[in-house]
Amino acid sequence: MSVILQIRDLYKTYGEGASAVHAVNGVTLDVKRGELLVLMGPSGSGKTTLLSMMGCILRASTGSICVEGMETTGLAESHLPKVRLEHFGFIFQGFNLFPALTSLENVEIALDLKKIRGSRARQRALELLTQVGLTDKAHEFPENLSGGQKQRIAIARALAGDPHIVLADEPTAALDSASGRKVLEILHELTREQNRAVVVVTHDPRVLDYADRIVKLEDGRVAEEIVCSAMKEVVS
Amino acid sequence: MSKLALRNLFHDKVRLAVTLTGVVFALILMVIQFGLFLGFLETSGNVVEHSGIDLWITAPGIPHVNGGSPIPERRRYKAMAAEGVDLVKPYAFLFANWKLPSGAQEAVQVVGFDVDSRLGAPWDIAEGSIDDLRGADTVLIDEHYKKKLGVKGIGDTAEINGHRARVVGFTRGVLSFTTAPYVYASFKNSLDYVQLTEKDTIFFAVRVKPGFNRQQVKAAVQANVHGVDVYTNEEMLDKTRSYWVISTGAGVTTLMGAVLGLLVGMVVVAQTIYAATVDHLREYGTLKAMGANNAYLYRVILQQALLSALMGYVLAMGVSWFVVEGSKSGDAVILMPPAMIAAVFVLALVMCAGASILSIRKATRIDPAMVFRA
Ligand SMILES: Nc1ncnc2c1ncn2[C@@H]1O[C@H](COP(=O)(O)OP(=O)(O)OP(=O)(O)O)[C@@H](O)[C@H]1O
Ligand SMILES: [Mg+2]
Repeated sequence: MSVILQIRDLYKTYGEGASAVHAVNGVTLDVKRGELLVLMGPSGSGKTTLLSMMGCILRASTGSICVEGMETTGLAESHLPKVRLEHFGFIFQGFNLFPALTSLENVEIALDLKKIRGSRARQRALELLTQVGLTDKAHEFPENLSGGQKQRIAIARALAGDPHIVLADEPTAALDSASGRKVLEILHELTREQNRAVVVVTHDPRVLDYADRIVKLEDGRVAEEIVCSAMKEVVS
Repeated sequence: MSKLALRNLFHDKVRLAVTLTGVVFALILMVIQFGLFLGFLETSGNVVEHSGIDLWITAPGIPHVNGGSPIPERRRYKAMAAEGVDLVKPYAFLFANWKLPSGAQEAVQVVGFDVDSRLGAPWDIAEGSIDDLRGADTVLIDEHYKKKLGVKGIGDTAEINGHRARVVGFTRGVLSFTTAPYVYASFKNSLDYVQLTEKDTIFFAVRVKPGFNRQQVKAAVQANVHGVDVYTNEEMLDKTRSYWVISTGAGVTTLMGAVLGLLVGMVVVAQTIYAATVDHLREYGTLKAMGANNAYLYRVILQQALLSALMGYVLAMGVSWFVVEGSKSGDAVILMPPAMIAAVFVLALVMCAGASILSIRKATRIDPAMVFRA
C-alpha cells in the first residue's frame, strides 16, 4: 500500500512566549492509499490543527508534509489553493453547504472550480449524487434536507474534484446513529472501491467498525497507534 | 456571472431588502442633497446667467443683482458714448408685493427689461410671447408659480404694489431660489410696480458691439461714467452667486448637506455591503478550503456587490425622479442633470466595489477554526 501523505516532525505553535500553545507538537505519520485512518483524542489535543495542516489550509510552524510526493510546507500561499483543489476533498462537521444552492449546484460549484462546466458538470454531479444515494434530492435546497442527507451531499461535493485524499473533521458528530452509520459506510467505500485515502477526526465509537488504523493524539503528540483487525487481514 | 453570487443575493430576501434599502437610501440622500445644491447654484444666478447682457452698470457698491439701487437715467448718454458700446438699456430688478384677488399677498421680484432689445428678457416662454408685454399692465410669470400667485391662465389679474397687473403669458423654468417668484414686465410698465420715476433706473444693461473685448469696453464705460460700477455678465454672476452661496451661508449649508449626504451615503453603503459579505464569510472560507483561489473569491464578492449597486441605483433613481417631480410644486428647486445621474451611477459602483473589497480582505484569509466549526 503506497504512502500518499507523509508527515514528518510536524509542529504548530499558536502565539508566542508564555502564552504559546503547542497545538501540534512533533507528529510523524504516514497516510496510505485505500486506508481509513481515524484521528482520536481529547478536546484540544490538536486533531483539527493537524488535519488543517495536512490539507494545506493551515501552515505548519516547522516540519514537512509531502502530498503524493510533493513537499507542501515550502509552497507560496498562492499555490496552496491549487494543491487543495487537486489533492483533497474536505468534509466538515457543520456540512458547510451553500444554502442558496441546490444539492446539485453544491456539487457543480466544486466542478466549476475544476473548470468542468455545462452539461458535463451536470452529468458528473448527478453521478456523484447517485453514489451517495440522493438523486431524488438533486433540486432541493440544503434547508430541506436532514443532517445525514446534507452530509452525503457534502461528501458528493468533496468527491467532485476526484481527490485522492478525503479529510473529514467530526463528520458524524451532528448526525443521529443511523445517518452517521450511512455516512461512515460511504467513506469506507471510498477507501475500498475507489482506493482513496480517508482521514477522519472523530470521537464517534461507531467509526471503529470501519477504521483501518487509529491514531490517538494527546497534547499534540501521537500517544498511541492501533492497527485494526480489519486492516491486519488485508495486510497479511 | 457566478451562480453563487446571484443566488446568494436573491436567496435571502430579507437580507436583500436590507442591503437594497441601505444602498437606495444612501443614493437618494446624495441625489437629493446634491440636487438641492445644484438647484441653488443654478437659480441663485439664473436671471444674470441667461440675461444676454454683456455689461451691467450699477449703483456703486451693490452686493449682488438682487440688491440694486436707483441710478439716474441720464447717465445712459455718457455710457453710450464709450467706445465699443452698441446699446444701453434700463433694467429694473426689485422686490414688490403681489396681491391676489382673494386679498392674500405674496412677495415677488419684478424684472423690468427693454422689450425691443430683449436685454434681460426671460429665456424660455411656455405660453404667450415677450412682445405681449408691450400692452398696458402686462406681466409674464412662470408656470411653476401659477398656484402660488393665484393665477389660472392668461388674462388673470392681480395687483403689484397697488397697480393692476394682467398675466399675458408664462415662462418655463424661470425659477427663483428665494420664495419670491419673478414677474417680468417691460421696463416702462415696471416703473409703476417698483415705484420708480422715469428719471431713474436700477441697472443699465449694455450690449457690446461685435468684435469688441468686454473688458476693454467695461474700462471705457467706467472711465466715461462717474458714480457707477461696471461689471461684465460673468462678474455679476460670480458676485451674485458667491453672495448667496457663500456670504449668506445658505449655499454653504446646502453644500454641507450635500457633502454630508455623500459621507453618510458612503458609510451606509459600505456598512451594508460589508455586512452582506461578512454574512457569507463561512461560505467563502469553505470555497477557499475547496481550492478556490483569491481571484475566484473576488469575482463572486464583487459580482454580488456590483449587482446590489446596480439594483439599488435603478430603484434610487426611480424614487429620486418622483421626489424631483414632486418638488416642482414646492419652493425648493432640486436639479437632476444627466451628468449627476451618470456620476451617481459611477459612485454607486465604486462605493459598492470599494466596500466589498474592504470585506474581501476578511474573506481571503481562512481561519480553519471557522471552517471546521460546527
Ligand atoms: N487559532 C488559534 N489560536 C490559538 N490557539 C489555537 C488556535 N486554534 C487552536 N488553538 C489551540 O490549539 C489546541 C488544539 O486545538 P484543536 O482545535 O486542534 O484541537 P482539537 O483536537 O480539534 O479539539 P476538539 O476535539 O475540541 O475539536 C487547543 O489548545 C486550542 O485552544
Ligand atoms: Mg477539532
